[in-house]
Amino acid sequence: MRKLFIILAMSASLAIATGCSSNTGNNTTATTEETTDDLDMDEEANPDYDPNRGEGKFTKVEVGDKLDGAMATSGEKVFNVKCSSCHKLTEEKLVGPGWLGLTKRRTPEWIMNFITNPDPMIDKDPELQAQLEICLVRMPNQNLTDDDARHILEFARKNDGVQ
Amino acid sequence: MNQMKNLIKNLGLFSAALALTALNGCKPKDIGNAVSADAAAKAYVAPGKYDSYYNFVSGGFSGQMSVYGLPSGRLLRVIPVFSVDPEKGWGYSEETKPMLNTSHGMVPWDDLHHTELSQTNGEIDGRWVFGNANNTPRVARIDLTTFRTAEIIELPNSAGNHSSPFITENTEYVVAGTRFSVPMDNANGDVPINTYKQNFKGTISFISVGKEGDMDIAFQIQCPGVNFDLSHAGKGKSHGWFFFSCYNTEQANTLLEVNASQKDKDFIMAVNWKKAEEYLKAGKGKKVPVKYAHNKWDEKSHTATSTIKNEVIVLDAKELKDICYMIPCPKSPHGCDVDPTGEYIVGSGKLAALIPVFSFDKLQKAIAAKDFDGEYDGIPVVKYESALYGEVKKPGLGPLHTEFDGKGNAYTSFFVSSEVVKWNIKDLKVLDRVSTYYSVGHLCIPGGDSKKPFGQYLIAYNKITKDRYLPTGPELSQSAQLFDISGDKMQLILDFPTIGEPHYAQAVPAEVIKDKSVKIFKIDENKHPYAAKGEGDAKVIREGNKVHVIMTSIRSHFAPDNIEGIRLGDEVYFHVTNLEQDWDVPHGFAVKGASNAELLIMPGETTTLKWVPDRVGMFPMYCTDFCSALHQEMQGYVRVSPAGSNVPLTFSLGTNQPAASK
Repeated sequence: MRKLFIILAMSASLAIATGCSSNTGNNTTATTEETTDDLDMDEEANPDYDPNRGEGKFTKVEVGDKLDGAMATSGEKVFNVKCSSCHKLTEEKLVGPGWLGLTKRRTPEWIMNFITNPDPMIDKDPELQAQLEICLVRMPNQNLTDDDARHILEFARKNDGVQ
Repeated sequence: MNQMKNLIKNLGLFSAALALTALNGCKPKDIGNAVSADAAAKAYVAPGKYDSYYNFVSGGFSGQMSVYGLPSGRLLRVIPVFSVDPEKGWGYSEETKPMLNTSHGMVPWDDLHHTELSQTNGEIDGRWVFGNANNTPRVARIDLTTFRTAEIIELPNSAGNHSSPFITENTEYVVAGTRFSVPMDNANGDVPINTYKQNFKGTISFISVGKEGDMDIAFQIQCPGVNFDLSHAGKGKSHGWFFFSCYNTEQANTLLEVNASQKDKDFIMAVNWKKAEEYLKAGKGKKVPVKYAHNKWDEKSHTATSTIKNEVIVLDAKELKDICYMIPCPKSPHGCDVDPTGEYIVGSGKLAALIPVFSFDKLQKAIAAKDFDGEYDGIPVVKYESALYGEVKKPGLGPLHTEFDGKGNAYTSFFVSSEVVKWNIKDLKVLDRVSTYYSVGHLCIPGGDSKKPFGQYLIAYNKITKDRYLPTGPELSQSAQLFDISGDKMQLILDFPTIGEPHYAQAVPAEVIKDKSVKIFKIDENKHPYAAKGEGDAKVIREGNKVHVIMTSIRSHFAPDNIEGIRLGDEVYFHVTNLEQDWDVPHGFAVKGASNAELLIMPGETTTLKWVPDRVGMFPMYCTDFCSALHQEMQGYVRVSPAGSNVPLTFSLGTNQPAASK
């Protein structure tokens, strides 16, 4: 009903505008234009999405052959606060999948992008979408710093046997 | 159907307006009460779009403060301040209870009348908004990064804290003037009521505000026993002065409706607070024993503390002659408003047929020349004409409050004639008037009492709603009305309902506040003594008959979610830490039979529910705030055994014990 009124009102103002070149018409036009801009809902098609890298600020993450023990220890601390409620370190699924083998299934970039930028990736990554159908809980954004993310990656590597 | 009728009616009015338009060559001068056709477009904010202003509206007898978006009039949040709020657990969780403590104990419901945004150099800076408690006198400071009440200070020697919480231009002070004069707290208050003139005093308090917001009563000024009503600080050239309207200078103690309306003029009291500071420094204040509460919220421990203080410094306006001056002002002045330049002080006598405008420069000259008309109870009275700049003649009936648009115009509300009148400050001529529906009280223009108003909108907060909304029984929500004041003529564009009874309100462009909003509390910075940072910290501890359940919540389970070994007679404290670190993911917590309430826990926060089980049995607990697709699975059980039972205290999560046969 309100919409109808607005439409009527707008056409009426337009009538004035045409008849008398009053400035009331301008206001109305400005408001209508505002309603359509920058609502970017067109993320459905995602030809640019790279399933190996994921999407986020990390393009290339260098990991050594050997484990960085200090980073892994720090990563474990973050894991205990922000991850362990939902992920086990075995293969067993809790709320989300178990972590064993994670660093063998995914690239370092993908892991760090996903844990720092989960929502856009859940929307675009076909495998994450399949995973969501199983888990039914979207992985929350736990506001990790870049360092946190790198340390968690190192801890996951340790969990996968890197020494 | 009704809507359809209204639409037709509106269109009818609109065509009438169009017809007029045609006659007047496209410039409608006065289309009366008709809501013109572009009103809807002007108040329309499309789905997914932000409003352009925040509007902080006092909740009156609700004791809370509400936040609206303008121009849509959408309610964004109710900030609990002086009343308990079950929606947010305010006054129910163990952490928030101290915020409502007073020298009278816990007060669960008060009356918040005025809001004032903090300023730097006379401009709204978006740090805090202050509110006053009218009944049990207090001032609250609300942090605008969290939209939470961060501090509440009680005011001794006061009753009915009405002329508050107005501030100086750098938020050096928040003031509080007592509406009721009363015997001082340390004097014997057990006196006959008809000894008002001898025993009753009026105090005004200057509360200093630190850089981080710490409030402290710097000093009080003891004044004659009158009713202080409203106030505003000087600004620019008048910075250093504060102006308070006072009524009941008759000093009546009964039937004030008649007895406090006898005199032709009451006063606006001008206070030279810089002078008061000098006297304070020179040790002229008297330390007076009192008792008042100072409550502070700590964002790191997510916990409030309440401290009772025992002393305040009082300056006597009768003895220290050059702090206070009385300016006669017609007929029980209410609003006391200072224009953006700081030169003009507008007094609105509720029963007056004109609006006096005083000049700060003339006032200074009159004081220097001792151009006085005697004294009122020891306070010099400046001659009316000597301080007067001029009068707005026949503006309307029952002037109450004035706001400014920064373009040289003032807007005054008229309660009795239900209208807003726009007038020019320099020539005092009425420029426009517009009806309100009905009986307008306060007005608000964004920044309208600061040095820098944003003269785009004006909001009228009306006392009577009557036929504006669908009937909802005897009680109706109050009606606020939004006017576009960007042109010569004020134009009504929206009605919107409000909570409680709105008195004063303030508004500010959204940019000043929106980007500072806190989204989560960082879990690493959580200093709550019972915080669980990760499920590894979750545990249950018994200390005598007190049981602390240190638990976590995350989408979508609690840790622990099975607890056994609670006994009748125990006091159980559920300390729930929300492990989420994402915006807009609170979790709730409730346990059956909790007589206190529920909890609502923001990401990274720890909040405590005290529960005293009253019977043996199995008590379910669950999350009350929909959090994920598996929210309905977010639940657990607490087993309560008889007193003295030997069921061991155990807790678990995800441990499926073999089914027992019994």
